[in-house]
Amino acid sequence: MYDPTVARLTYRALLGRRRALILGALPLLLLLIAFAVRGLAGADDQTAADLLGGLALATMVPIIGVIAGTGAIGPEIDDGSVVYLLSKPVKRPTIIFTKLIVAIAVTMVFSAVPTLIAGFVLNGNGQQIAVAYTVAALVASIAYAALFLLLGTVSRHAVVFGLVYALVWEALFGSLVPGARTLSVQQWSLAVAQKVAGGDLITSDVGLTTATVLLAAVTVLATWCAGQKLRTLTLAGEE
Amino acid sequence: MAAEQSLRTPATAAGDTRIHNIGYRSYDGPRLGRAYARRSLYSQSLRGAYGLGRSVKSKVLPMLLFVVMCVPAAIMVAVAVATKAKDLPVDYTEYAIIMQAVISLYVASQAPVAVSRDLRFKTVPLYFSRPIETADYVLAKFAALASALFALTAAPLLVLYLGALLAKLDFTDQTKGFAQGIVSVALLSLLLAGIGLVIAAVTPRRGFGIAAVIAVLTISYGAVSTLQAIADAQGSDGSIAWIGLFSPVTLIDGVQTAFLGATSTFPGGVGPDTGEGVVYVLFTLGLIAACYGLLVRRYKKVGL
Repeated sequence: MYDPTVARLTYRALLGRRRALILGALPLLLLLIAFAVRGLAGADDQTAADLLGGLALATMVPIIGVIAGTGAIGPEIDDGSVVYLLSKPVKRPTIIFTKLIVAIAVTMVFSAVPTLIAGFVLNGNGQQIAVAYTVAALVASIAYAALFLLLGTVSRHAVVFGLVYALVWEALFGSLVPGARTLSVQQWSLAVAQKVAGGDLITSDVGLTTATVLLAAVTVLATWCAGQKLRTLTLAGEE
Repeated sequence: MAAEQSLRTPATAAGDTRIHNIGYRSYDGPRLGRAYARRSLYSQSLRGAYGLGRSVKSKVLPMLLFVVMCVPAAIMVAVAVATKAKDLPVDYTEYAIIMQAVISLYVASQAPVAVSRDLRFKTVPLYFSRPIETADYVLAKFAALASALFALTAAPLLVLYLGALLAKLDFTDQTKGFAQGIVSVALLSLLLAGIGLVIAAVTPRRGFGIAAVIAVLTISYGAVSTLQAIADAQGSDGSIAWIGLFSPVTLIDGVQTAFLGATSTFPGGVGPDTGEGVVYVLFTLGLIAACYGLLVRRYKKVGL
């Protein structure tokens, strides 16, 4: 199910040349802010939870997920070079699975690792906050990568739709309509974080069981759909 | 080709060669020149920013965002008229700050439409084979995106203003507020257009431009407001205004708080005073100029 050559090409497409810089800028900013906050305000559990929850998990993880998930396949479909990949004797679900693994790995490295470091900088992992948010970022990375990889195969405007989901649905609707929160990767991963932290600093609107089931279901379903979509892919020109 | 002809020429008998006049004519009509080309590029880019003259698919997103911008304004007006309120529920200057997510999405989706395709498909040299210069191209694209953004941000204000007049609210008061709002969104449009175009011009790859623009806008705003909230909690009110310099939306917020009678959305409502406001204005204008300069520099040698 895992093809090393496809993986290598995908890594190159995602991290080659200056792209790693774009991806690296976000975590760097988070770390800078974490250091600044620690310097200005000192260690405080509430501040750490707010910063990690508001900036890292709500903004950074989805944006990195969008870039990695759609970037793993979108540009290839877009410029038509995917036909050279599809014409090789590699199963299409294998291609999708490999690209998913790469996208997950990239998202995790660029979002979960800085989250962990930022958490330790902010309050030295007091009340397990750093670890809890890191676990949430890891879990969210998987779901986001699968979801946005599917978007990348379905739509040519995958990045826009991904951002609309991440910023408008999760952030805006989530804060206005309570029901929207049940259908949000962020809340599902927060449920996991809540379990890890145990305290009342991290809360989620979704139960742990529901969250786990939904996370797994979304990941598997999105990957399967993406594989199916790739089997019947039609290439279109620029509008 | 040349080799083929030179081979064939000796084959024809001497004295049998002739040149056919096949009726090519040179153009002797009026030449419309540089200004006309710049104007055309401007109007085409402006239309393109709303998908006019393009496929239905490319109209969907900008039109949708335009509607999303205007609907809350219409609802507010309806509520104000129905409840016979003395004032509108939001200030004219506040509206763009509240709807900044939609505005950011619009910039992120349309800035790459304006510049990235020309770079990706290497059509930029074709533009410069016309009488336009680098500065004309940059100016036309900049003006087009800024105008499109101005239309996006000013339309809901117009809805609010007309509604306020229909609801017979105080005319001078509303007109003053409306004028202040228009100035503020004009500045916001110029600033966001500049930032969006600069980022889109260095990331021609599909998708990356959108993600980069949205990342810069949301992350800078998120970072700045987090730092401001912490500064507010620490009681260091003096630093709140200075932190606000580092994200486009808080920059405009500061300018309009200092000079356009707006209420600051900074934590604790501590906006910049007049002295700091001058710095804000200079910073805003400097950023716009810097964006223009960077774009000109980017296009100086692109694809040539």
